[in-house]
Amino acid sequence: MDKILRVNLNDLTTRVEEVPSEWAGLGGRALTSTIVAKEVPPTCHALGPNNKLVFAPGLLSGTASSNSGRLSAGAKSPLTGGIKESNVGGTAAQMFARLRIHALIIEGMPKGDGWYSLRINKEGVSIQEETGLLGLGNFAVIDALQSLLGKKTGVIVIGPVGEMRLSSANISVKDPSGKIRSHGRGGLGAVMGSKRIKFISIDDEGAPGIQIADPEKFKAASRVFTKALMDHPVSGQGLPTYGTNVLVNILHEAGGLPTRNFTYGQFDGHEQICGETMHDTIVARGGKPRHGCHAGCVIQCSQVYNDKDGQYLTSGFEYETIWGLGANCLIKELDDIAQADSVMDDLGIDSIETAVAFGVAMEAGLLPWGDGKEVVRILRDEIGKGTALGRVIGSGAGAVGRTYGVTRVPVVKNQAIPAYDPRSVKGIGITYCTSPMGADHTAGYTIATNILNVGGQVDPLKKDGQIELSRNLQIATAAIDSTGMCIFIAFPALDIPECLPALIDMINARFGASLTGDDVVNLGKTILKTERAFNLAAGLTAADDRLPEFFKSDPVAPHQAVWDFTNEEIDAFWDF
Amino acid sequence: MEQIHVTIKLFAHFRNGRFKEANHPFAPGVDCRQIILGLGLGLGEVGIVMVNGQHASLDQRLKEQDTLALFPLVGGG
Ligand code: SF4
Repeated sequence: MDKILRVNLNDLTTRVEEVPSEWAGLGGRALTSTIVAKEVPPTCHALGPNNKLVFAPGLLSGTASSNSGRLSAGAKSPLTGGIKESNVGGTAAQMFARLRIHALIIEGMPKGDGWYSLRINKEGVSIQEETGLLGLGNFAVIDALQSLLGKKTGVIVIGPVGEMRLSSANISVKDPSGKIRSHGRGGLGAVMGSKRIKFISIDDEGAPGIQIADPEKFKAASRVFTKALMDHPVSGQGLPTYGTNVLVNILHEAGGLPTRNFTYGQFDGHEQICGETMHDTIVARGGKPRHGCHAGCVIQCSQVYNDKDGQYLTSGFEYETIWGLGANCLIKELDDIAQADSVMDDLGIDSIETAVAFGVAMEAGLLPWGDGKEVVRILRDEIGKGTALGRVIGSGAGAVGRTYGVTRVPVVKNQAIPAYDPRSVKGIGITYCTSPMGADHTAGYTIATNILNVGGQVDPLKKDGQIELSRNLQIATAAIDSTGMCIFIAFPALDIPECLPALIDMINARFGASLTGDDVVNLGKTILKTERAFNLAAGLTAADDRLPEFFKSDPVAPHQAVWDFTNEEIDAFWDF
Repeated sequence: MEQIHVTIKLFAHFRNGRFKEANHPFAPGVDCRQIILGLGLGLGEVGIVMVNGQHASLDQRLKEQDTLALFPLVGGG
């Protein structure tokens, strides 16, 4: 029987609950957002006792299906003040699913100053007092837990930034190589820190495992699905070879690579930080150009990046981080960016929010443009040690802008805008504005169709078709985020007709259900509307569905594009 | 007839055994398709064609000093 684990920190009790029938068919984002919307008062303080932190594996997590091992985390976000879902690879989702944990809900707040950890196993969940690992970085915590509990232990952990409850804090999940992947955005690490949970360990020894209603049908659908993933040139070849960082040169060429805190659309140092250069560097130093963030990923967009001496430096080195510290902060040394990436992973801080915060800090004159060494120093000595400056930068781009009187602050709902300029890639601007998550490219990745010619072509510089494109992608993404699938399955799903039906067939075979394509679209719509209703009840309004003013007034080179959607046009997004 | 000069930029594995960036002379009226085939690339291999930073069709003709950028089908996010 599937179960809900509930941890109440007010009185340090735990419970195993039956799954209510209305939650039984939900997983991942659909489930975390439904639970948050139902149980969290929208106007509560995100770091107070009334917020809840919810984890849920996707519907297909734990099965043999490719790329299904994503774990969703949800809560009210201390960064945006709205609802948040963030999903990640690593080993935890599959362990949850094998243990038949439908969701873990952490609520309340401990009295006193003590810190705790949670241990999950086949019996349920228990609470322990924690002292020894406090203040440590993520890597040290994982090493300690692996020597204590064995190599196979699952770990969900916050670093020092989460302990400080800064709004850029993330939650990290151990990956199959003992490194980490992160629930990056929206400050969920601060919520975990506010509940004074340093880490959650998972032991799936003796787990009952997954039950598949129709194994034959599942196997057949899974074969079709995996073939689509392998056949599509993006998921089959592009991502495995160059990772996501291949985008540096593409966005540079298209004039959509935000540069010098969103002042220009092209970066003269693009060749030094691009995916092609990174690939050659990784190979020359004996790293791994391809690597999966969870077992069962057949795309493997991740990589292992070594330093000059061939020693491990970082992994999961993504386009968004490289863009953020590279083009956006004018840092041209890939090694400095890799170093910063590794420090951010260890501190447990979102690399997108933080990179954009550094861009605003450079604009404010706090450090020179392009100074990668100083970025690493500030990360270690200011943010890591919790100095006043470190806490300001660690609270995100909006906080830096407010503290230092900067007007060019690229945020929506106070969450930093990632690596695609909305003036020259207009579809993504609609996603930034309207996503209930705040500025989030993954919520409706119009880059596919605006730039990459996947799922058709919609001219990135024109307004035509962008609202519809973003809406359709956001609906589909909300549904995909509920399956446990990595969002990169969207590339084949947009182009290969068998791919989505195979995904739905797998869900049906897994649960003995009979969902149609329309049901899945309706699920996506319901999720978005549930999330939006939470935000409105929390006090956000249509005025929060807007880009900052400078995108309208400052044209971005080379196309001299400006953001030219009217408020009415943006609000029409919600007409569904 | 005067020749025109086009800067060609190649990306990802298109660079292997070719070049990153080169300026080549062509007969006036040359289109993207002809240049792609002339580089020994198959039309099916090319995912994105941009001329001066804007998406272009295979039929688009190039002018003096245009920049043609060619990408295989790749992606990220
Ligand atoms: S494609 Fe990348 S992000 Fe997606 S599951 Fe694989 S390694 Fe993780």
